[in-house]
Amino acid sequence: MNLHEYQAKQLFAEYGLPVSKGKAVDTADEAVGVAEELGGDKWVVKVQVHAGGRGKAGGVKVVSSVDEIRAFADQHIGTNLVTFQTDEKGQPVSKIFVEECADIATELYLGAVIDRSSHRITFMASTEGGVEIEKVAQETPEKILQAEIDPAVGASSYQGRDLAFQLGLEGKQVNQFARLFVSLANMFEECDLSLVEINPLVITTAGDVHCLDAKVSVDSNALYRQKKLAAMRDHSQEDERENEASEYGLNYVALEGNIGCMVNGAGLAMGTMDLVKLRGGQPANFLDVGGGATKEAVCEAFKIILSDKAVKAVLINIFGGIVRCDIIAEGIIGAVKEVHVAVPVIVRFEGNNADLGVKALDDSDVDIIAASSLSDAAQKAVDAAGGEA
Amino acid sequence: MSVLVDKSTKVICQGFTGSQGTLHSEQAIAYGTQVVGGVTPGKGGQEHLGLPVFNTMREAVDATGADASVIYVPAPFAKDGILEAADAGIKLIVCITEGVPTLDMLTAKASLNSRGIRLIGPNCPGIITPGGCKIGIMPADIHLPGRVGVVSRSGTLTYEAVKQTTDLGFGQSTCVGIGGDPIPGSSFIDILGLFEEDPETEAIAMVGEIGGTAEEEAAAFIKKNVTKPVVAYIAGVTAPPGKRMGHAGAIIAGGKGTADEKFAALQSAGVHTVESLAEIGSKLQEVTGWS
Repeated sequence: MNLHEYQAKQLFAEYGLPVSKGKAVDTADEAVGVAEELGGDKWVVKVQVHAGGRGKAGGVKVVSSVDEIRAFADQHIGTNLVTFQTDEKGQPVSKIFVEECADIATELYLGAVIDRSSHRITFMASTEGGVEIEKVAQETPEKILQAEIDPAVGASSYQGRDLAFQLGLEGKQVNQFARLFVSLANMFEECDLSLVEINPLVITTAGDVHCLDAKVSVDSNALYRQKKLAAMRDHSQEDERENEASEYGLNYVALEGNIGCMVNGAGLAMGTMDLVKLRGGQPANFLDVGGGATKEAVCEAFKIILSDKAVKAVLINIFGGIVRCDIIAEGIIGAVKEVHVAVPVIVRFEGNNADLGVKALDDSDVDIIAASSLSDAAQKAVDAAGGEA
Repeated sequence: MSVLVDKSTKVICQGFTGSQGTLHSEQAIAYGTQVVGGVTPGKGGQEHLGLPVFNTMREAVDATGADASVIYVPAPFAKDGILEAADAGIKLIVCITEGVPTLDMLTAKASLNSRGIRLIGPNCPGIITPGGCKIGIMPADIHLPGRVGVVSRSGTLTYEAVKQTTDLGFGQSTCVGIGGDPIPGSSFIDILGLFEEDPETEAIAMVGEIGGTAEEEAAAFIKKNVTKPVVAYIAGVTAPPGKRMGHAGAIIAGGKGTADEKFAALQSAGVHTVESLAEIGSKLQEVTGWS
């Protein structure tokens, strides 16, 4: 789960990390009010969306009058911002963040993730701040400094100082950076984060280390014990159909193709999509109905798949492990009747009571194409959808 | 022979009296697995499925001499269950539970590694040596005792590989679901090493998926250490970047973890890869010459 920048900075402030004073608002009037409260003659206004690349897309601006603030708010609030990280629709903007403007001398990068190979929280720092860090990692990997946190002892100040010296920091900056490093590591562990990124981390003209941006992702599996962070979730930034699906225990991801897929198991769902592609078709979605696919879940899965108007055929691939295929067959028959499915439905059953499942489909009065194998199912689905997508 | 578990493995079920623990223990017992009891705190002294229930893992191990445990407790309690089993002297812990916080796994794994304790999972179907011992939620009847070692990050894809090798009459030595989480207890490398040493395993079927670099690390390991033929399939060629595909660990992040990279790494290590998951069995037949 991602946080907005303003939420991430609230969290930063709670951990004593240096962030600018500011406030997120919903209207132009409030934005002007915040600027007047902050004082000064220069502010930064930023749209709040869950996507990178806001600056290049015009969603971040340094302004020096309340008229400019009002114009920025009017231009963005209630619209969608399209960046290189969003789809063509963009992400809806409901809040803008107004903050004090920092004077920048140098831009750095500092981030942390869970490294899946070393099984540790791993920090990355670089002198190449303010640009895409993936690009830096690819083109000039020697400019990425790393530090690993031992899960048994946590972060140590010396690791922060070590990074600071390598980054070329001087004087008071070294200890400021080391403190920031340790606080960030503590925050990562205490808040169950999966990613934190400060890009850029800046040295101000006054010579202080300062967090100009803040990106935070929280481990979704840990939200049950991170109630405060869970409450920050902004559903408007997430895919509506994916959210709806998750309410029914379904895992759904929309794709560009025209063959709807309904599968039990995440791995098999991906494998089924790949097979559709291999046969010359294009999958319309990833959908895992889970281990205990009930009639209700199957019904809901149909509704979600068919809400995508591009779908020309639905491929159902069930490997009956614990679930019985004949039970799923009843679910499919009931769902096809209830949801009024108007596109061809191709079903492949394997495993537990697969024969009974196929028989139930044959005996029913709904029009379902039974497939004899996995490859056969994919081929039939591609044919039914009209060949090449 | 086989790897990790066989007829002599004595298993304790953690979360024994819950619905999942009950269902899958019943099936394991019916399969012939030596389930010797279970743990549910507060229900010690009772009997469940004709077996003793204990309050703690320590009591359970003392009373039964168990050497393996299987965990069906809810995600918030999984780390506690893993550490309790480890502290009680269990050497093989199989955690089926899905949704365990990643940081819980970081600390649990560090603790286990320092003591040489093996964890399979979490978020996995478990482990089975066909005809000998079934620990987990996999359907028993698709398996056949035999010569292929199966290792996979996905449950249902394991079943596909198993079914295909059963239909062709090859059977399986042992099947290990290592799970779909970003920090699994055991990696491909851990299991590949065991299969290489196991005389009963003549060939290996490996099923990976997008996310992380476990398959690339496995490829490097295979090139150096594995002499047996390996057939591999990677799921997620069609997965879009930045989207989590069901499993917590199945995500292409920062351009890394794509299926294409993994296929390329495995191919350059001499692994026989298949683009279609339906061809795992037939590829094994082709490379081994088995009929």
